Amino acid sequence: MGKVLSINQYVRAQSLDEAYTLCQKKNNVVLGGMLWLKMHRRQVGTAIDLCDLGLDKIEETENEYRIGAMVPLRALELHEGFAKLTQGAMEEAVRHIVGVQFRNCATLGGSLWGRFGFSDVLTLFLALDARVKLHHAGEMRLADFAALPRTTRDILTEVIVPKAARRVVYLSQRNISTDFPVLTVALAAQDGKYTCVVGARPMPAVVFADEKGILAQGITEDSARAFAENIASRAVLGGNMRGSADYRREICKVLVRRAALALAKEG
Amino acid sequence: MEIKLTLNGKPLTAEIDADTLLIDFVRDHGCLSVKRGCETANCGLCTVLLDGTPVLSCSMLAARAAGHHVQTLEGLQAEAEDFVGFIADQGAEQCGFCNPGFVMNTIALLRENPDPTDDEIRAYLAGNLCRCSGYEGQLRGIRAYLDSRKGDA
Amino acid sequence: MAETNFRVVNQPVRKKDAMQLLLGKPAYVDDVTPHDCLVVKVLRSPHAHALIEEINTDIACKVPGIECIFTYKDVPQKRFTMAGQTFPEPSPYDRLILDQRVRFVGDAVAIVAGETEKAVDKALKLIKVKYQVLEPVLDFHTAKDNKILVHPEDSWRSLCPVGADNQRNLCASETCGDGDVDAVLADCDEVVEHTYHTKACQQAMMETFRTYTEIDHYGRLHIISSTQIVFHVRRIIANALDIPKSKIHVEKPRIGGGFGAKQTVVAEVYPALVTWKTGKAAKMIYSREECQIAGSPRHEMEVHVRVGANKDGVIRAIDVYTLSNTGAFGEHGPTTVGLSGHKSIPLYTGNLEAFRFAYDVVYTNVQAAGAYRGYGATQGIFAVESAVSELADRLGIDPVAIRERNMVREGQVMTAYYNEQTNACALDRCMARCKELFGWDEKYPVRDMGNGKVRTAGVAMAMQGSGISGVDVGSATIKLSDEGFYNLSIGAADMGTGCDTILAQMAAECLDCSVDDIAVFGADSDASPYDSGSYASSTTYVTGKAVEKACAQLKENLCKIAAGMLDCGVDEVEFAGRTVRKLDGTGEVSLFDIATKSMCGNETAVQATASHSSPVSPPPFMVGMVEIELDKETGQVDVLDYVAVVDCGTPVNPNLARVQTEGGIVQGIGMALFEDVTYEPTGRIAENSFMQYKIPTRLDMGKLRVEFESSYEQSGPFGAKSIGEIVINTPSPALAHAIAHATGVWHRELPITPEKVLWGIKKGQA
Repeated sequence: MGKVLSINQYVRAQSLDEAYTLCQKKNNVVLGGMLWLKMHRRQVGTAIDLCDLGLDKIEETENEYRIGAMVPLRALELHEGFAKLTQGAMEEAVRHIVGVQFRNCATLGGSLWGRFGFSDVLTLFLALDARVKLHHAGEMRLADFAALPRTTRDILTEVIVPKAARRVVYLSQRNISTDFPVLTVALAAQDGKYTCVVGARPMPAVVFADEKGILAQGITEDSARAFAENIASRAVLGGNMRGSADYRREICKVLVRRAALALAKEG
Repeated sequence: MEIKLTLNGKPLTAEIDADTLLIDFVRDHGCLSVKRGCETANCGLCTVLLDGTPVLSCSMLAARAAGHHVQTLEGLQAEAEDFVGFIADQGAEQCGFCNPGFVMNTIALLRENPDPTDDEIRAYLAGNLCRCSGYEGQLRGIRAYLDSRKGDA
Repeated sequence: MAETNFRVVNQPVRKKDAMQLLLGKPAYVDDVTPHDCLVVKVLRSPHAHALIEEINTDIACKVPGIECIFTYKDVPQKRFTMAGQTFPEPSPYDRLILDQRVRFVGDAVAIVAGETEKAVDKALKLIKVKYQVLEPVLDFHTAKDNKILVHPEDSWRSLCPVGADNQRNLCASETCGDGDVDAVLADCDEVVEHTYHTKACQQAMMETFRTYTEIDHYGRLHIISSTQIVFHVRRIIANALDIPKSKIHVEKPRIGGGFGAKQTVVAEVYPALVTWKTGKAAKMIYSREECQIAGSPRHEMEVHVRVGANKDGVIRAIDVYTLSNTGAFGEHGPTTVGLSGHKSIPLYTGNLEAFRFAYDVVYTNVQAAGAYRGYGATQGIFAVESAVSELADRLGIDPVAIRERNMVREGQVMTAYYNEQTNACALDRCMARCKELFGWDEKYPVRDMGNGKVRTAGVAMAMQGSGISGVDVGSATIKLSDEGFYNLSIGAADMGTGCDTILAQMAAECLDCSVDDIAVFGADSDASPYDSGSYASSTTYVTGKAVEKACAQLKENLCKIAAGMLDCGVDEVEFAGRTVRKLDGTGEVSLFDIATKSMCGNETAVQATASHSSPVSPPPFMVGMVEIELDKETGQVDVLDYVAVVDCGTPVNPNLARVQTEGGIVQGIGMALFEDVTYEPTGRIAENSFMQYKIPTRLDMGKLRVEFESSYEQSGPFGAKSIGEIVINTPSPALAHAIAHATGVWHRELPITPEKVLWGIKKGQA
């Protein structure tokens, strides 16, 4: 059987402008961790590597974290600031992804750029109300970025996570550890407002607000159940090898309810 | 294209294709311990250290390793010898094909966390598949090594 | 019990190759063979069933660096089988190296050899094939007597009377039995009747199939392959290429896992054809995807079981019908199926009045199956053990108690196992010990953990064989060498299991020396004594006995030389390990001096070869118990604790026996819960990578505890039976049992995924 990926030329960009110019060509591609890219039968003209551009740092300011696109998932997993900010949800969202070596390779930028259906990372970062910075298009909400057409030719350089007083719980269901998730759920609460993100539907993650204010009077067994039913009825779910749409709907109810109860316990 | 890197402590200049993967590069340079077990970054057999960090050499371009230090089991024999005898004493090496990747990642684990719990060992090595041993003997071996070190202290 | 006070046998010695493997030294095919040889790859069919109408390789051949491209027009037209079995093989001769008819998605269409992988990849894309696409047989229920034939060709041949008929899509068919099973079942108080479905599970050994070939300096074809069966490879390649067997030399280096996968000649024919035709060295490395779609997986089986018992739990009759799917070719089809009945029904010999076992093995247009650890027993035991547990439930009897009541015991004649008698059977002790170790009585009832989670337990028994009775041949050559060390040559293949070490332990026991004094060599079709190969759980039991015999012969010769040196009769001396001494204590010569003497003016061989074959195949026995935690809201099953107690006779190396057991259990857990094989409507396998075919990681198996309750098998070396295969047989039925107790639903199709579990619960509530 034939080899999958071929690359004609490799360039370590020396500036974002250079990388941006190069990536305008359709058969050129910006490298992330290469884990997903490598599996595709694809002929790449120029592979553009951002590894010399200092995008592998996590910077903390008074109000936010600015995460370089080349920061590996493993760094997020071990980061004490994020552990505190997300009450452990950051680690929970990435620790199931294949293995330590994989997470040392996989980058945050690559994970979000792909807007993968299976993405744990996209699910959590949507719940954290993250913003992304594209070299050309500038800063935008992650949710808006997620909706951009896949043909967009730009470079994701940074991910910005506000240091908000937000409580968050992350849960996923997997058929076997370290596999792609069957469903992911991130539930965040800030100032009495709830944001529920459902991913691996198996389409990419989407954000739901508590439109009916089901949790407004507090999280109880009953309100959590009602909220979960509500989300499960609103989420568009599909089937793939890992689970049918109907199974995902059942799991959605369970994970959202459990996330809500966990949130209540934390609070 | 030409790249320069350090392989197991030795500076190296080599001519490669843009799409040469690090696994093929190191094997071509005599590091035959590095194995390919899948094409999908799932098995961990190809684990090498890049500047001390365990990565999957099957999913990294050799070009990206330019300017960095790459280590394979060939370059870490002494560090491995410290503990692999304990795994041999369990018979958990079995067919051996997964061993180099597993040993490399164990080296990384023990550098990062010199006294891991059993659960920490399992979590760190979860990306290293083995079809022969059932994993339990590997764990017993690492545990015996850690216990022996405590005995020494 | 016989003598069990051994010095080297039954000791946990390190595997001889352990440190080399752990330190990553070059040991496998791709490590020890040249890299500047031709790269060989295969173009594979996108269709499940088609005829090649036209195939044009002209453009592909022009790619720089391409050495040759072969199509069906270029290969010998004599059919053969790739199954590594003793001649005449029960598997039908249904293959050509390349055929005009392609029979599954992934079937070989053309062979491309070139100087670089890039050139070969390019050429593969440039081969133009026009297919006449035919309707495939994808559902194995409809295969028998289907109007579509997988093998309509006249040149198809079956060498053995296994009930094969290519005009009916039948690879094998048989019925056997004892007593009037229908009458006894009609007389039973309770009959459980169900069908159990196991999939074409992938072996997933870490080293894919790979073979290097070259022409040696005698002009012979030299094959270095990752194989369990060097001698069978020689015959099969000779058949495939239609050349004399004398022209072929096969050896194996270290093998990166086998499990039976490498008991079929999967990759060897392709580089062999290239080298034979071009005279140039060639290598084929299977990709993981190829392993998943064109390898040698487990036979998919549907096992229909009827088990009948009286109210008191006495099991009186078992009726088993197995429908086995051999896929596009018949490798191991006629033989695997036999174990689904013959290694499941005899577990209940205790009170059995009658049994019947019938089967059909059918051809379909999916990947051909092969020999995978357990070899049909796994499928049959899942069915029979599940049925017995359900029977226990219906009768309100503890599932351990019903087994204790009916299990086969030492000294019984197993009618369903070719009337063999259990001369060594500790199954009863295995059950008692397992029950105690596991804490069965505390764990068996359902325990509610809150939060929708329950903990339950399941149990299963298993048996296997030890070699193929009257067929398998094991041989060993032992030689005294310089300074008094020994060389042991074998034709069995250590695939990581440790047989090199185990056989050396036996030799050291016989020769009263240390394992370090024995250098092991194998396996090489030119240099090793003949051995069927490492499969059918035969090496320890069959080849081990050959080692014992060879050592006894060698000792006689050494005594003869020593007697000459001591100037006395051979009956006046005895072998004493490091010396041969006179019985009256008046003199001795050292092994060192005998070795020296053997190389100077000596006419007595210091080498002995012995072969062994066994008329019986004594079963090892085992009990497995599992505790799970099941999430009733998601269907997720977590394995918490797995306890196994095994009777493999004397464990020759307790460490290696334990790790075999642990490895088999985890492989079995994968089969039971995770490892799925599904086909798209085109017949393409969906799980074609480790990303989609999920084998257990170290986070998926809970805690394992293994102990041995040994019987002593008189016909085996030092009381040993086998261990390699039986260990995969208990997880599927034990887990299905535990899940049934957690949910009230019996799952009869593997794998039992969380989604299936959840729907089972929902349906049960509705």
